[in-house]
Amino acid sequence: MNRRSFLQSGAVLSGGLLISFTIPQANKLAALGKTAAAGFAPNAFLNIATDNTITVYLSHVEMGQGIWTTLPMLLADELDVDLNQVTVKHSGVDKAYNHTVYGIQITGGSSTTWSEFDRYRNAGATARILLTQAAAKRSGVAIQNCKTQKGIVTAGDKKYTYGELAAEAALLPVPQQVPLRAKTEWKYIGKGSRRIDAGVKTNGEAKFGMDIQFPGLLTALVAHAPVIGGKVKSYDATKAKAVPGVRQIVQIPTGIAVIADNYWAAQQGRKVLQVTWDDGPGASLITAKQTTAYKKLAATDGLPAQKKGNATTALTKSAKLISSEYVFPYLAHAPMEPLNCTVHIKKDSCEIWTGTQLPGIDQVGAAKILNLKPEQVKINVAFLGGGFGRRATPGSDFVVEAVHIAKASGKPVKMVWTREDDMKSGYYRPFFVHNVKVGLDKNDLPVAWKHNIAGQSIMEGAGMFGPLKDGIDDTSVEGVKGSPYLDSVPDHYIGLHNTKEVVPVLWFRSVGHTHTAYVMETMMDELAHTAGRDPVEYRRSLFKNHPRHLAALNLVADKGDWEKSLPKGRYKGVAVHEAFGSYVAIIAEVSINNGKAQVHKVDCAIDCGLAVNPDGVKAQMESGIIFGLTMALYGELKLENGRVQQNNFYDYRIARMNESPEINVFIVDSNEKMGGAGECAVPPTAPAIVNAIFAATGKRIYNLPIMNTKLTLKA
Amino acid sequence: MLTITINGKQQEVNADPDMPLLWVIRDLLGLTGTKFGCGVAQCGACTVHLNGEAVRSCVTKVSRAAGQQVTTIEGLSKGNDHPLQIAWAEFDVPQCGYCQSGQLMSAAVLLRENPKPTDQDIDDAMSGNICRCGTYPRIRAAIHKAAQLQQEGAKS
Repeated sequence: MNRRSFLQSGAVLSGGLLISFTIPQANKLAALGKTAAAGFAPNAFLNIATDNTITVYLSHVEMGQGIWTTLPMLLADELDVDLNQVTVKHSGVDKAYNHTVYGIQITGGSSTTWSEFDRYRNAGATARILLTQAAAKRSGVAIQNCKTQKGIVTAGDKKYTYGELAAEAALLPVPQQVPLRAKTEWKYIGKGSRRIDAGVKTNGEAKFGMDIQFPGLLTALVAHAPVIGGKVKSYDATKAKAVPGVRQIVQIPTGIAVIADNYWAAQQGRKVLQVTWDDGPGASLITAKQTTAYKKLAATDGLPAQKKGNATTALTKSAKLISSEYVFPYLAHAPMEPLNCTVHIKKDSCEIWTGTQLPGIDQVGAAKILNLKPEQVKINVAFLGGGFGRRATPGSDFVVEAVHIAKASGKPVKMVWTREDDMKSGYYRPFFVHNVKVGLDKNDLPVAWKHNIAGQSIMEGAGMFGPLKDGIDDTSVEGVKGSPYLDSVPDHYIGLHNTKEVVPVLWFRSVGHTHTAYVMETMMDELAHTAGRDPVEYRRSLFKNHPRHLAALNLVADKGDWEKSLPKGRYKGVAVHEAFGSYVAIIAEVSINNGKAQVHKVDCAIDCGLAVNPDGVKAQMESGIIFGLTMALYGELKLENGRVQQNNFYDYRIARMNESPEINVFIVDSNEKMGGAGECAVPPTAPAIVNAIFAATGKRIYNLPIMNTKLTLKA
Repeated sequence: MLTITINGKQQEVNADPDMPLLWVIRDLLGLTGTKFGCGVAQCGACTVHLNGEAVRSCVTKVSRAAGQQVTTIEGLSKGNDHPLQIAWAEFDVPQCGYCQSGQLMSAAVLLRENPKPTDQDIDDAMSGNICRCGTYPRIRAAIHKAAQLQQEGAKS
């Protein structure tokens, strides 16, 4: 199938112009054409129908980060349409929507905006050229006299809407290369837009996975093993079956599913279901024991993740030695929308509705269970009621579980996790221990650094990336590995111990940086204090070759009045960290009351390169800061005999309105490489808060969360 | 058979009287704007108005609503034009959006009872509603804005 016939088939299928971003890339065309011929899965990013409906298809999913608005902005600036003329939809699963860098269909790694910056602009530009050509052809007006504005081509004295030109534009050959507009011509990019999805998210119309309903759909709750990794030994469903509304009880690999007319009935059924469990090896998991074991491990050298010179020898020669151990607990992502997935198995096909960050992987996972080809499984991606990494499981846990239930029951089923399931049944940010020894020279600058980290490997657990290269999982060490501070340390060693546990672990908003930034930035504070130097000034001296760290730090120090002293009872701390290509500096202001810290104000500066949607970037900084605040103050799951001790929001606390500080965000005016915004504010938040607590109390906190330490002001 | 008036419309419901109002609204009546977040009155995502008062519908037995007036997010305004809804859009409050129905229903009671809420009033009224995306600063700003819109509306 050649390019032209693909476009024609696109026109036939959609009744208009179908533009795929991949069209200019000839090498991808063959695959594209094949899938297009397979059926009406519009494997394109833009569809202009003859009725002038302009639809933008999102290759990435909306989970709060605002991509529902940002991707259409990129396209609209080249297509010459107003955002209010555009309808936005999540795409289905197709190779055409694969991540431009990662090669699978994924929303993650804070990568949507930079990875789609060219592809979406190209799509808009390609369409605009074709529409202009169609207008020139129809009107007989020379193409240079055809102008586009707000979805209309003006050709001499004639005006055509894009919809009127769509059928003709679809027949024109697609240009290989299209010029993109200069920065000065951007209307949305760099200026921003209000969120397109705000309306449906304020009147109850927005459909999340949880909101899928259709006649005959049943609801399933699963009784999961109380001990992590446990299995069903036997069960008695007599009482559960007697509950009004309960239809079926089925055993699946992960437990026993109670299927009922509605959630309430399924929940009542699950309460009286009797299951005997085989706890398995997980029953020996105890957080206190794990802490001791990991501390012992981290006191030894792990596999080298980064090394220079001889840290062991250099430490013995240092003028001063600072040595610390840090402990980080397991954490649940706890998105507001509990996990759920709706599955309808039909003859030779299956339809799935869910909120997922990995629709392509989920499609394959579902197909495997059903002995279908992936393309026989249709995934409908709803709005995600929060993701934070939890809806990106390489093993597709919640989709696979729902498919097993639907397969066993033979009925369409919506599987719903309770909040307790979310806390107790995985996945988690791994438990980590760091052991750090820093040697200082006579000027109190670091000259030797030994840093060993112990924790489970997320990548190994994912099972889709093959064996770890040299035994190193970068998601365990990122943020220590590559730290700007280690550049000037002639002798350093970063070691990693990949531990094995039955606990399922996963990326959690900002992944390894959730703990590595904490260690590096609280240690920097400790070093500055040891040197008797101001923590901002001390960092500046180490950022000589790191202009972007420095720019973020300087901006926040300036805007946040770092040098100005605070009123009595208020204390401040600072932290700077790069994650996902963006550089974030934070100043936190705290007070101590009744043994607890209250965070009053957070100032934040970010260098993310071009901020495509500046207010969207600010919203993500606010979001990341409050996420980081929750993690710092309260985040902790504890295991006793393999059982997660936390249950729900009453014992796994989330920061609330009364704990939400004033937040001020400043964006560095930057032409540097674009980075992400969704995660990078999380890492520096906890260390900035804890550094402020040190200023208040004179005590360092090495174990998160902060709530486990009773705080008292220093005398 | 129970009778409940939901968003001004009288509805007959065949439900166990112990069934939480949340699941009656969602699963039996098909109004999905009201959300399930925790099931134990800790997150506020399920907040609705029962005779004008904010209640957590996940722990409110449907029998309590029998013969009463219930308002859900779908009934907060006819054209998405409650001052709070206008302010929410203006300040780009929603992120994932899942908790926002509950946030709005809690804020609506606050604004009715207290047309000029202070930051402390907002803390007191809104701390029962969790937002995992951390939209609190914008919720606060939007409530202040909505108070102003409401004031202006009352004057004109």
